[in-house]
Amino acid sequence: MHNKSVAELSRELESGKISSVELTQQFLDRLKQEDGKYNSFITITEERALADAKTADEMRAAGKATAWTGVPFAHKDIFCTNGVRTTCGSKMLENFVPPYDATVTERFRQAGAVCLGKTNMDEFAMGSSNESSHFGAVTNPWGLASGEKRVPGGSSGGSAAAVAARLVPAATATDTGGSIRQPAALCGVTGLKPTYGRVSRYGMIAFASSLDQGGTMARTAEDNALMLNVMAGFDPKDSTSIDREVPDYTATLNEPLKGLKIGLPKEYFTDQLSPAMEEQVRNAVKEYEKLGATVKEVSLPNAKLAIAAYYVIAPAEASANLSRFDGVRYGYRCEDPKDLMDMYTRTRAEGFGTEVKRRILVGTYALSHGYYDAYYLKAQKVRRLIQQDFANAFKEVDVLMSPTSPSPAFIQGEKTNDPVTMYLEDIFTIAINLAGLPAMSVPAGFVDGLPVGLQIIGDYFAEARLLNAAHQFQQVTDWHQREPK
Amino acid sequence: MQWDIVIGLEIHVQLATRTKIFSGSSTAYGAEPNTQANAVDLAMPGTLPVPNENAFRYAVMFGLAVNAEIGRRSMFERKNYFYPDLPKGYQTTQLEQPIVGPGYVDVDLANRETKRVRIHHAHLEEDAGKSLHEDYHGMSGIDLNRAGTPLIEVVTEPDMNSAEEAVAFARKLHSIVTSLGICDGDMSQGSMRFDVNISLKPKGSDELGTRTETKNLNSFRFMEQAIAHEVERQMDILEDGGRIIQETRLYNGDRDESRSMRTKEEANDYRYFPCPDLLPVVIDDDFIEDARSRLPELPDARKARFKEQYGLNDYDAGLLSGDAKLAAFFEEAAAHGKDAKLAANWIQGEFSARLKAEEKSVAESPITGAQLGDLVVRIADNTVSSAGAKKVFEALWTGENDNVDAIIDAKGLKQVSDTGALEAMVDEVLAGMPDQVAQYQNEEDPKKRKKMLGGFMGPLMKASKGQGNPKLFNEILVKKLGG
Repeated sequence: MHNKSVAELSRELESGKISSVELTQQFLDRLKQEDGKYNSFITITEERALADAKTADEMRAAGKATAWTGVPFAHKDIFCTNGVRTTCGSKMLENFVPPYDATVTERFRQAGAVCLGKTNMDEFAMGSSNESSHFGAVTNPWGLASGEKRVPGGSSGGSAAAVAARLVPAATATDTGGSIRQPAALCGVTGLKPTYGRVSRYGMIAFASSLDQGGTMARTAEDNALMLNVMAGFDPKDSTSIDREVPDYTATLNEPLKGLKIGLPKEYFTDQLSPAMEEQVRNAVKEYEKLGATVKEVSLPNAKLAIAAYYVIAPAEASANLSRFDGVRYGYRCEDPKDLMDMYTRTRAEGFGTEVKRRILVGTYALSHGYYDAYYLKAQKVRRLIQQDFANAFKEVDVLMSPTSPSPAFIQGEKTNDPVTMYLEDIFTIAINLAGLPAMSVPAGFVDGLPVGLQIIGDYFAEARLLNAAHQFQQVTDWHQREPK
Repeated sequence: MQWDIVIGLEIHVQLATRTKIFSGSSTAYGAEPNTQANAVDLAMPGTLPVPNENAFRYAVMFGLAVNAEIGRRSMFERKNYFYPDLPKGYQTTQLEQPIVGPGYVDVDLANRETKRVRIHHAHLEEDAGKSLHEDYHGMSGIDLNRAGTPLIEVVTEPDMNSAEEAVAFARKLHSIVTSLGICDGDMSQGSMRFDVNISLKPKGSDELGTRTETKNLNSFRFMEQAIAHEVERQMDILEDGGRIIQETRLYNGDRDESRSMRTKEEANDYRYFPCPDLLPVVIDDDFIEDARSRLPELPDARKARFKEQYGLNDYDAGLLSGDAKLAAFFEEAAAHGKDAKLAANWIQGEFSARLKAEEKSVAESPITGAQLGDLVVRIADNTVSSAGAKKVFEALWTGENDNVDAIIDAKGLKQVSDTGALEAMVDEVLAGMPDQVAQYQNEEDPKKRKKMLGGFMGPLMKASKGQGNPKLFNEILVKKLGG
């Protein structure tokens, strides 16, 4: 069962061959047995999962099943789950149990899905390797057979590793600068970051509010579509969510791709990309040509400024978003504070990890009196230029394609002492967040036995088109079905 | 040396919305600590603000009432600082694009002049919670019920030149927001709080001096005292050749003392930036017209109408029109009493004195405008004397009886105005006082004669058991005594 997709499991449950309780127990047993190797979960909610499975079976018996009723999955530990601790990968929230659900978790609950637990992540979603988690690094299932412990990417590394290792068929994730697409690429799974505003951010712990977007991770494009069907939609609790009709994302998966116009941004095919990686990506594009698509080169002249702009805007927003972790109302508080200042400084010094503190400092600096214009305002101007670049490109083509990451999964510890090199992991993904566009990463080959991701970028609200393109690719390739040894 | 005083105000006005500016929690005052703070107010992780449309409506109504431009595109910024009663570690406020732009308020002064005070802008923001430092054994308690209550912060130009002008403006602003119904105006509960910026400059100079800010004054009296105190403090320093330090000060009204809270050098760098959780709010014509249609009669218009409709003089009209509740009370009394001027006199006299003595607001008055109007009718038609009317008022106030005529009957306060009966009493009394009559008639000085007339009134009132109409007694006496 663990190799089956969400769509397949849904059919198994519908046929009555297996109950959700049985299925859930199988997944839980496997999860408990296997996850020692990956550390992809922070919390496993066995009792609750089995209770939910029982409810799901009752719903199905009563004829009230959805595609998700009784299907096991997991949430990234950034989504608040009522009554289940939500850590965001931080010591600061090690014992935090929210008394409310994120809109995303509430929607999956209403659909009858069975959450097995909360997946590991970089602390407060700040990282590209899942090494900044207070709960330990996550190990990529790929490469383990040759004795190498490689990173799964980040920040949604737990979700990506868990899906790749067949611990769950699907997991939620979030993407601020590439945190869905890059780990999906490094773990050989399929991930989608929707248009900013498509999925509610309520109850999703904020890193950089204008960039954060919840999304999907599974092995197939079809399963991503099933997830997005649950997650997408306007939420009155999130003023930045967009009130726009949500299509059935599975309905258009089988549309032919004939005539699809693909753009290849020349700035994303440079010497930052190894020839081996580039070859895999170009091969994938050739598959699309075989499916009837046309390809042309396009330009995103300001794309090179994306990393610099991002590392002003994201830390600036984060510096304010993380001020609430002050030891006053919930979360970690230092022992025996001698006064208010001591409580603030020690709580935050002890409760946050190195990368989080680095970004709070950078963001605070960028917003400081006398620097604001030079950094924050300038970065916002760059952001508008980048948005304009994409708008121009989409006048010519339907989708853009590029590598998702510059290199495959690297060895743990290799980049931890060099933050800038680590930041460059997101060189192909970050501009998309600055523009607020939807994008996917789809398994597209291997280099040295490690997965390579193809990034497909769409215009605003073009999720259905992206899923269609990914699904058609997956009908003629099997990269997404490869299983790590 | 002669000095010019320059004063500008910043006023925090709590908006009387039912729920908070960014959450659905109640804004009601006085609940148990933290019972009106939900996940959003507590800044729980992942929670997000959702703007309250009514707060915008009230702000626009305020803007229209102070003749201001309305910001068509209104943005929120985050103002970052750490404090235990500030749950998010930033206050959501407006800096670059406030909802209310430049406007003005005309203020009547005691010297009968009118002063125009310009409004620089007014912006929407959220209130903080409260830190409670008592009863926690060396620790502090945090009450977040107030956190997220909508405020408009009104910022004036430095247009006021005395404590009197500042207080008159403050009262006018209080009158405007309570008339609009956008603020309950209860200063003791912090519904309006004043920060006063003060500087001095040599008389006639064009150059402004260094200013100080005195924060969180929550009564007109404290405001007046605090300004007087600060003006004196600055004057002492300047006349001794010293310099004023730009700083924020706290005033203790009970001790008439102030102390420095922080200097400019110690001021926070608030690192304002646009709040990414809130989209810019666009205020369109329909929204503005809707707000305009909700505007009640404002104090300036009401004052003009009181002069026109009731024939009140400028001073009386100003006093009675300023407070919306007092104005309504007056109009009810005038409608029932038929004599608006007499009603106005009673409201400013007996009624106001009694409210003040018992520290009650108009809303808490035990008597209604209609009852006072009924009493005015009986004064005007000579049923009761003014002395008797005071007794009736007392009975109404204490709740002894709620009907004016019933009280007059029960207490025997009805005046005798039957001329025949009164003449008979005068004849009888004069017959018993021949010496005084002779003395009166021999007196040439009309002033002294008038005074001597009073000597007959006591026995007359006694003879009539207090019920004789004093005005008629007086007329009859003059006639009988021969002028």
